[in-house]
Amino acid sequence: MTRWLLWAPLALFAIFVALVAGGLLKPDDRQIRSRMVGRELPAFVLPAAASDRVGLSRADMATGKPRLLNIFGSWCVPCAAESPQLVELARAGVQIDGVAIRDARPDVDRFLARWGNPYARIGLDARSALQLAMGSSGVPESFVIDGKGIIRYQHIGDIRAEDIPLIKQKLAEAAQ
Amino acid sequence: MIAETGLAALWLAAALAALQLIAAWAGVAKGEDSLTKLVRPVAVAQGLLVALAFVMLVLLFLRSDMSVALVAQNSHSMKPWLYKFAGTWGNHEGSMLLWVMVMGLAGSGIALFERALARDTHIATLGAQALISLGFYAFLLFASNPFARLDPAAADGQGLNPLLQDPGLAFHPPTLYLGYVGLSVAFSFAVGALVTRQVDAAFARAMRPWVLGAWVLLTLGITAGSYWAYYELGWGGWWFWDPVENASLMPWLAATALLHSVSVLATRDGLRAWTVMLAVVAFSMSMVGTFLVRSGILTSVHAFAVDPRRGTFILVLLALYIGGALALFAVRVGAVREGSRFELVSREAMLVINNLLLTVILGLVLIGTLYPLLTEAMGTKVSVGPPYFNSVAGPLALGLMVVLAAGPVTRWRRDTLRAVVARMAVPLLVGSVALALLVVLAAGRIGILPLLGLVAAALVGVASLAPLWGRNLRRTPLFTYGMVLAHLGCAVSIAGMASESAFSTEKLVAARPGETIETAGWSILFKSVTPVAGPNWTAMEGRFAVSHDGGAAKELRPQARFFSEPPTNTTESALLTRWNGQLYVVLGDSLDDGRWQLRIWWKPFVTLIWGGGGMIGLGGVLAILGRVGRGWLRRRRGRNAEAFA
Repeated sequence: MTRWLLWAPLALFAIFVALVAGGLLKPDDRQIRSRMVGRELPAFVLPAAASDRVGLSRADMATGKPRLLNIFGSWCVPCAAESPQLVELARAGVQIDGVAIRDARPDVDRFLARWGNPYARIGLDARSALQLAMGSSGVPESFVIDGKGIIRYQHIGDIRAEDIPLIKQKLAEAAQ
Repeated sequence: MIAETGLAALWLAAALAALQLIAAWAGVAKGEDSLTKLVRPVAVAQGLLVALAFVMLVLLFLRSDMSVALVAQNSHSMKPWLYKFAGTWGNHEGSMLLWVMVMGLAGSGIALFERALARDTHIATLGAQALISLGFYAFLLFASNPFARLDPAAADGQGLNPLLQDPGLAFHPPTLYLGYVGLSVAFSFAVGALVTRQVDAAFARAMRPWVLGAWVLLTLGITAGSYWAYYELGWGGWWFWDPVENASLMPWLAATALLHSVSVLATRDGLRAWTVMLAVVAFSMSMVGTFLVRSGILTSVHAFAVDPRRGTFILVLLALYIGGALALFAVRVGAVREGSRFELVSREAMLVINNLLLTVILGLVLIGTLYPLLTEAMGTKVSVGPPYFNSVAGPLALGLMVVLAAGPVTRWRRDTLRAVVARMAVPLLVGSVALALLVVLAAGRIGILPLLGLVAAALVGVASLAPLWGRNLRRTPLFTYGMVLAHLGCAVSIAGMASESAFSTEKLVAARPGETIETAGWSILFKSVTPVAGPNWTAMEGRFAVSHDGGAAKELRPQARFFSEPPTNTTESALLTRWNGQLYVVLGDSLDDGRWQLRIWWKPFVTLIWGGGGMIGLGGVLAILGRVGRGWLRRRRGRNAEAFA
C-alpha cells in the first residue's frame, strides 16, 4: 500500500465533517429562485398516479386560475410531513395538483389514505422527466402556476405551517 | 443533597479520568512505572464514581424532585414509575450521563478482568478510554449539568412526549445506546494497539467480547425498533430507510464486519490494519448516527430529539476523536507488520468478501443518507427513499447470503473450490429445489428480489447447520452453536422479509359498521366504532370479528388516538398473529357518509423477520458466553493462551 493511501480515510472524513458543518452552520436558505421561475411550463402529459384521481397535462394548467403544483413521492418522509399543510391549503380553496415522482399507484393510494388527499389531479412522473424539465431536483417542491400556465414561484422543500401565509400571498399575486 | 452528591461524584469522576489519561500517557510514552501502576485502580474508581452519579440521578427521577431542572422539564409526579425510571435517560443530559457511565464501567471491567493483553496496550487502551470520556464529562459539567437546581422549585413536571410513553420505547433507545458505547470500547482498544503498534491476536481476543456485546445490543435494538415502527406507525411496513433508522443500521453493518474480521485476527493473525480500521469506522458510525439524530440536520419522522447546539458539540467531538484516530492510523499502521497470508479460497478470503460486501452496503447507505445534505450544499433539497436503498442494498445482501452459506464450511488458510462445493452439496440442492418450485409456482407473480431472497433463505437455512454435521455435538464449543444460530437467524429473517414482500395482500376499503370484508381467506366483520378514553388521550376504537375459513371468530380493536398535549394523532394497529403470518388492521379516517377507511393486510410469515433478529442476537449471546467462558477456564487451568480456533 502506498503511504498516501493511508491518509485517504482521514481525507474522506474531513470532507464529511466539512459537509455536515456547512449544513449545520449555514443559515436557512429556503427561498432560492429557480431559473424556471417566470417561464412557461414545459409541455407534458402524465398518466394518473392514484386510483381515484385523473392524470395531469399541460393543458390542465392554463385555466385562468392560479394553482399550486406539488411535486412529491409516496416514499419521501418530508412529503408526509408537509401533507397537513397541503390539506389545509386545499380546505382554504387552493387548487393543488400533484406530480408523484418515481412512484407506483398502490404506494400513492396508501400514502393518500394515510396522509389525506389535497390534490385535484395527480400525474405519475415515473422517470422524473417533468421534474427535470421543471428545474426541480428533489421532493417535495411546490410551484405556484398562474392562470396562463407560467411558473410564478418555486418553494423548495416541505411547506411548513409558517410558510402557508407566504404561499397564499404568492397565489394572490399570481391571480392579479 | 442527592443532587449535590451526584454532581460531586461527577466532578471527581472527571478528575480521575484526567488523571487516568495523564498516568497512561506518562506510563506508555515515558516509561514512568510508578504512574503506570495508578492507571488500573484509577479506572476502577472512576467507573464507580460515575455510576454513583447516575444512581443519584435515577433517585431524583424516582422521587420526582421538582427542584431539579432536568426532572421538572422531563418528568411528572403522576407518571407510572417505569416511565419515571426510563425518564432518567429519556432526555439529552441523562442520556449523556448514561453514556459516560457505561464507558466508565467498561473501563473498570477492562482494568479488572483483562489479563491476556500486553501491558502497554492495556494501559494505552485505558488512556484512550479516559480521553473519550473526558469530552463527555466536559460537556456534562460545563454545558448541560443534569443536576442543576431550579429556584424556586417547580410545582410539578412538564411530562414526557406521549409518543414516547410506550414500554418498548422506554428500553429501545438505551439498548442501541449501550451498543454504541460498546463500540467505543472497541475503538479504545484499536487506538491503544495503534499507540503501542501491537496489533495482534491477543489484542483481537481482548476486543472480541466487547464487539460481540455491542453487536448483540445493536441487533436487538434494531429488531425491537423495527417492530415498534411496524405496529405503531400503522403503515404496514417494517423498515422505512428513514435517516434515524439508517443511523442505527450503519453502526450495525460496521460492527458485523468488525465481528468477522476480528475473528480472522484472533484465529489466524491476519487482516491487522483492516480490523483496526473497522474498529475506528464502527465507532465513527455510532457517533455519526448520534449526531444525525440529535442535530436535526436531516428531516426525519424521529424529530423529537433535535437540538442544533448539541449537534455542534457532537460534531466537534466526532471531528477530534475520529479525525485523531484516522491520523494515528495513517502514521502508525505502516509500522504494523503484515499478518499471516492466506489463499484465494479459504475461510479468510470468504470473510474478506463478507467484509467488503458489508462495507459497500454501509457506504451506499451512508451516501444515500447524506445525499440530501450534499445536494443542499449545492442549493437544492432532495429526499432519498426506499427505491434507492432497496435496489442497491438488496442484491448486495443476497451476495452476502451466498458467502454466508459457504464461509463456515471453508477451511482456514487454504481450501479448494471443489471441496467447498462438495461440502455445500445438500444446501445447494435445497436451494435449487426452492428455486425450481418458486419459478414453476410463482414466476411472474412475485418480484425477482423476493424470489431470490426465498431461495437464499432456503440455501442459508440448510447451510448454516453445516458446521455441526459430523461433529460430536456435545463437544462442539458454545461459540460454534452461537455462530450457527446467528446464521440460521439470518436465513429466517430473510425468509420473513422476502415472504412479506412477495405474498402480502393489502386491502384498502371504505366500509360501514355491519359490513364484512373478505381478503386472503379471512372474513372480517366490521362491528362498530366506539369512542374510548385513556389517561392522556381519547380514541376511536374499531371492533372487528375476524375468522379464517369459517373458523372461530377473534376480536380485533384497532384505534385512532388523539393526544391533546401536544396535539398528536397516532394509530394503534390491531394485530392477529398466527403461526403462518399476521393479520394487520388499521382504522383510518371517517368519511362524511358514515363510512370508515380501513386498511387490512395479511402478511404471511412476517413475524420471521423479528424472530430471526432475535435468533441472531441470541447467537451472539451464546458466542460471548462461549468465548468468555473458555478464556476463564483456560486461565483457571493456568494454560498457555495459544492455539484455538
